[in-house]
Amino acid sequence: MYDFQYHRPTSLDEASRMLSGAEEASFIAGGQTLLQTLRQRLAQPSDVVDLGGIAELRGISREGDNVVIGAMSRHNEVAGSADVAGAIPALATLAGGIGDAQVRNMGTIGGSIANNDPAADYPAGLLGLGATVVTNNREIPADDFFVDMFETALEPGEIIRSVRFPVPQRAGYVKFDQPASRYALVGVMVSQGAGGVRVAVTGAGPSVFRVSEMEDALGRDFSADAIAGIRIPSDGLNADIHGSPEYRAHLVTVIAQRAVNAALQAH
Amino acid sequence: MSEKPPLSVLDRPNSYIGRSVPRPNARRLLAGRGQYPTDMVLPRMVHVAFARSPFAHARIRSIDTEAARAAPGVVAVATGADIARLCKPWVGTLDHFAGMKSPPQYPLAMEKATWQGEPVVAVVAESRAEAEDALELLDIDYEELTPVTDPETALDPATPVIHEDLGDNLCFSSRVDAGDVDAAFADADLVVEEEFHFPRHTGVTLEPRVITADYDPSEERLTAYHGSQTPYQMQDVYARHLGLAEENVRVLCKDLGGAFGIKLHVHGEEMTTCALSMMLGRPVKWVADRLESFVSDIHARDHRVRARMAVTAEGRIVGFDVDDLTGVGPYSVFPRTSAVEGNQVIKLVGAPYAIEHYRAALKVVLQNKNVMSQYRAVGHPIAFAVTESLVDKAAAELDMDPVAIRRANYVPDDAYPYKTASGMAYEQLSLQQSLDRLVEFIDYEGLRREQAQLREKGVYRGIGLGTFVEITAPGAAFYGVGGARISAQDGCSMKLEPSGRVQLAISINELGQGTETIVAQVAATELGVSMEDIRVTTGDTGSTPYGGAAWASRAAAIGSEATVRAARALRENILEVAGAVLQEAPADLDIRDGQIVGRESGEERLSVAEVGRVGYFRPDTLPPDFHPQLSVVRHYAPQGLPFAFTNGIHASYVEVDVETGGVTLLKHWVVEDCGRVLNPKLVEEQARGGVAQGIGMALFEECLYSEEGQLTNASLADYLVPLSSELPDIHVTHVETPTQYSEIGAKGAGEAGTAASPGAIMNAVNDALRPLGARVSAMPMTPERILTALGRI
Ligand SMILES: Cc1cc2nc3c(=O)[nH]c(=O)nc-3n(C[C@H](O)[C@H](O)[C@H](O)COP(=O)(O)OP(=O)(O)OC[C@H]3O[C@@H](n4cnc5c(N)ncnc54)[C@H](O)[C@@H]3O)c2cc1C
Repeated sequence: MYDFQYHRPTSLDEASRMLSGAEEASFIAGGQTLLQTLRQRLAQPSDVVDLGGIAELRGISREGDNVVIGAMSRHNEVAGSADVAGAIPALATLAGGIGDAQVRNMGTIGGSIANNDPAADYPAGLLGLGATVVTNNREIPADDFFVDMFETALEPGEIIRSVRFPVPQRAGYVKFDQPASRYALVGVMVSQGAGGVRVAVTGAGPSVFRVSEMEDALGRDFSADAIAGIRIPSDGLNADIHGSPEYRAHLVTVIAQRAVNAALQAH
Repeated sequence: MSEKPPLSVLDRPNSYIGRSVPRPNARRLLAGRGQYPTDMVLPRMVHVAFARSPFAHARIRSIDTEAARAAPGVVAVATGADIARLCKPWVGTLDHFAGMKSPPQYPLAMEKATWQGEPVVAVVAESRAEAEDALELLDIDYEELTPVTDPETALDPATPVIHEDLGDNLCFSSRVDAGDVDAAFADADLVVEEEFHFPRHTGVTLEPRVITADYDPSEERLTAYHGSQTPYQMQDVYARHLGLAEENVRVLCKDLGGAFGIKLHVHGEEMTTCALSMMLGRPVKWVADRLESFVSDIHARDHRVRARMAVTAEGRIVGFDVDDLTGVGPYSVFPRTSAVEGNQVIKLVGAPYAIEHYRAALKVVLQNKNVMSQYRAVGHPIAFAVTESLVDKAAAELDMDPVAIRRANYVPDDAYPYKTASGMAYEQLSLQQSLDRLVEFIDYEGLRREQAQLREKGVYRGIGLGTFVEITAPGAAFYGVGGARISAQDGCSMKLEPSGRVQLAISINELGQGTETIVAQVAATELGVSMEDIRVTTGDTGSTPYGGAAWASRAAAIGSEATVRAARALRENILEVAGAVLQEAPADLDIRDGQIVGRESGEERLSVAEVGRVGYFRPDTLPPDFHPQLSVVRHYAPQGLPFAFTNGIHASYVEVDVETGGVTLLKHWVVEDCGRVLNPKLVEEQARGGVAQGIGMALFEECLYSEEGQLTNASLADYLVPLSSELPDIHVTHVETPTQYSEIGAKGAGEAGTAASPGAIMNAVNDALRPLGARVSAMPMTPERILTALGRI
C-alpha cells in the first residue's frame, strides 16, 4: 500500500469539497474492494475520503411503494432489515448471500454498485427490480446506471446517496456462486411488478444485463417452464478460470428458472 | 522381591492411553498466547522482501540495484551471486533413486530464472513496506526463453531443455514389474481402463512460511526462529550450507500454524534470510505473503495416470498396469526430492488387493513451474483414487456390488505377514474387518435403498467407497539410506523437578496435531503421575534431543516409544532413590498418582515430591556414593519392517445437481485402523482435517498454469479451498490392530484422511452419474467438468 491522506467528512458537501480539492482522491465505504486494490498497489490515490461519517448516507426505510436504502448500508443491515424482508424478501436474500460474514459486516450497497464488479450481486438486484440510484445531484435509473465492466454512469466526484427500490408483486434471486468468494458465477433476479417482468443476469457477462426474451415469456406465463427453452447465446459472455462462456450460458437458463420458482414460493 | 513382571504401559493403573483427554495447550492457544514464529520481534530486526521472476523461463541479462539501495530505509540489496558467496547450493537427489538428476540450486536465481515467482533479488529494509517500495526501483533485464509447461511433451526433442547440463528434462524414471502382466491381461475376461488427471495443488497453511534469522558474529552462532516441521534437518542444512558449526546453529519453532508437508523442504527464501543475517550481523525476518506462498511454497500432485486392471468373469482382480507421468518444478526439491510422490504411486496402486501381476512405470519430468514435493499423504490419494475407481468400474461392468468386489479381493485378514507384488511388506492389516465395520457404520443397505428411491424422483445421489493402505512411521528406508541427513529416530529427555513434577523435552514437534498431548499422556501413564505434572517442550534444537520431528505420520508412533522408555527409566531412577530412603528394594515399589506405593499392597509410602527434595537437597541422607539420577534421555528407532502400514476405508455420500453440475457432500465416513489409538479425539481430528484436504483435491483445488507458465489463480479469491460451509459431517470410527514391533503399538494417523477421501468422492460422483451414462476421471470435479461429462455443454 502507498501512503495517502485520510479524511472523514461529516456531510455530503464537505465530502465533495475534499474530493475536488485533492490531486487524485477516492471515496472509501466498506473498503472491501478498495483496500485490496490499495494493498496490491494497483491504485495510488493521494487522498482517501471516508464516507462512514456522513449520517445522510445511512438508514433503510419504507416510503410508500418504495424501499429506500442509504448508500452506506452494510450488506448485513439490508439482509436483516424488517422493511426489506417484508417488502422485497428477494433483496434480503441477495444481501445475505454476499461473500462471508466479515464482508457483509463491512461492505455497502453504495460501494458495491459504484464498483460494478461483473460478478457482484447488487447490480442484478437493482436492474432486476427496476431501482433508481439517487446521487448528490440527480437520479439515475438502474437501466442507465450500469455501463460496462467496472464502469457506471457516475461522474467523477459524484456520490451515491441511496437506492430506491419499487416494491414488486413478487421477486426471486438465485445465484450459483464461486466457492472461494461467493461472487456470482451466474446470478439472476426475476421480478414482476407495476413495470412488468424484469430478468437481470449478473456474473455471466461483462456487466449486468436483462434478458428480454425471458421477460416476454414470463409476462405471458410466470412459470419456470415458460423459459425452459430459452437459451442465451454464449458469444460475449465471460470466460475465466471459473467457467467458460458456454457453461455460463447454460447456467443462465437453469438459474433463471430457479429464480422464478423462488419468486413463486415467496409470494 | 515380587515374582510378577512389572506392568506394561498399557496395563498401568489410571492409564491415559486410549482416552480422549483434551489438549493441554488448547487454553494457551485460545488465549492468544501461542508462540508462532510469525510473531517474533527482535531488537535491531530488519525485514527482507524478494523480487521474483515475472517469467517462467528467462535469462537474467543484468540487474541494476543502484536506485533500490538509495531508497529510504534500505539496509542491503543482494543478488543471487551475493548470496551464493555465503550459501552453498544444494542438489535434490537421493542415492537410492538410481539415475535421478537435478542441477545445483542456489537460494536466489543465478544466470537463469526457471519459474514464475522464483526469488531473484533480496532487498532488506527497516520495514517490510520500505523493502517492498525499494523492490519497485530494481531494474532487472530479462531475456525471455521458451518455457516448458506441458509434461506430455517435456521429453520431446523439440522441447527446450531447462538445464542444458542435464541433457534432457527427465528427472527420474522407475519401473515395477512383477508376475506376468501381459499374460494376465491377455487371459482376463474383463479389462477396465481409464486415464486420470490429478492437477497441481498446494498446502495453503494458515500461517505462511516464516523465518527470523539472528546471526551473532561474536560467537558465529545462528539462531533461526523458523516455521519448520523439521528443526533438526534445518539445523543440519544451515550448518552445512552456510559453513557454520552444527552446535552453533539453533532452530526454534514452538507453535506452528499448519504445515502439511509444506514446511519441511529447503526453500531459497529461508536460506537467503539466514545468509543476509550473517552478512549484516543483525536479525532479518521474512514472512511470506499469500501471493508469495502460492508461487513459492512447494506444490504437490500433478499426475497423469493411465491405468488398467484385469479381472475374471467372477470378479477376481488379477493384475494392474499403470503409467504415471508427473511434472515437477525446474529443480527436484532438497533434501527429500520431487520423486517420492511418483515413487509411492507406482508402489501403492492396487495395494489393498491380493494380486500377483503388477506393472507400473513412472516418469518425473522437469517443468518451468513452481517446485514440487511432498505434501500430506504423498502419492496415496492418487494411487487410491486410481485403484478404487477401477474397482468400481469393474464392479459396474460385472454387475457386482462395490462392497462385494472389495471383500472378494482384499488381502484377507488372516494372510499376514504379506508381501505385495510391488514389494511392500505388511505386518498385519484389517481390510476385511474395516469393510465390515463400514457397512454397518453407514447402514450401507439403507443408504442404497434411499439412493434408489430418490433416483425415481430425479435426484442423483451416489455412494463411493475408498480403501486405503498407508505408509506411516518410516525407518531410515525413506531418506537415510539415500544419503539424506534426516533422522529416522527420535529422543525424549525427562527431568524430575524438586517439586515432583516433570520437565520433558522431545524431538517430535507440535504442528497443531496434538504432539504435546500424546507425549504427556504416555509419560504420565508410564511414570505414574498426573498429566498436569508433565511440562512438554518441543521445537528447539538447542534444548531437546536430536530427532526426525513430524512428517510421514511418524510423530506419535515413534515419539510415544521414546517417551515410554524415558518415563520408565525415570521411574526406575526415582524408585532407586525411594528405595534408598525407605530401605526397601526398588522393585517392590511403584509410582501411582504421584505417590511412591508398595507394588503389591498399593499402600502410599512417600510422595514423588519427597524424592525430589531428598534427591536434590539432601543427598547427604542417602547411602555413600549414591548419586540420584533424576534426569534421563532415551531414544527410539523404528523396528521391524521399513514402514508401519495402516489401513481403513472411507465412504462418501453425495448429491449431484445434474443441471448445474454442482456436487453437495452429504456425509463422509472414515473407518481408520492406525494401530493403538493413543487419543481417539486427536485421531478423529486428524481424520477430519485430512478429509477436508481430500475434499479440496476432489472438488476444488487446482493451481492453474497458463501455457506461458504463469500461475493464473495465485490468490484465495481464485484458488478454491473448501470452507467449513462445504464440509459435510465426517464420522470416524476405529479398528485397532497394534503393531507388534513396538511396545505401545501405535502406527501413524496423520495423513489417512487425505489418502482415501478423493477416491471415495470420485466414486460417489460417478455412482450418482452412472444412470446417465457419464463418468469423470479428472480432479477437481468442477461443475463444468461434470456438465461436460453429462454432455450438457
Ligand atoms: C472476500 C470477498 C467476497 C465478496 N463476495 C461478494 C459477493 O459474493 N457478492 C458481491 O456482490 N460482492 C462481494 N464482495 C464485494 C463486497 O460486496 C463489497 O460490497 C464491495 O467490495 C464494495 O463495497 P464497499 O462498501 O466495500 O466499497 P469500497 O471498497 O469502500 O469502495 C468501492 C468503490 O466504490 C466507491 N464508492 C463507495 N461508496 C460510494 C458512494 N456512496 N458513492 C460513490 N462511490 C462510492 C469507492 O470510491 C470505490 O471506488 C466480496 C468482497 C470480498 C472481499
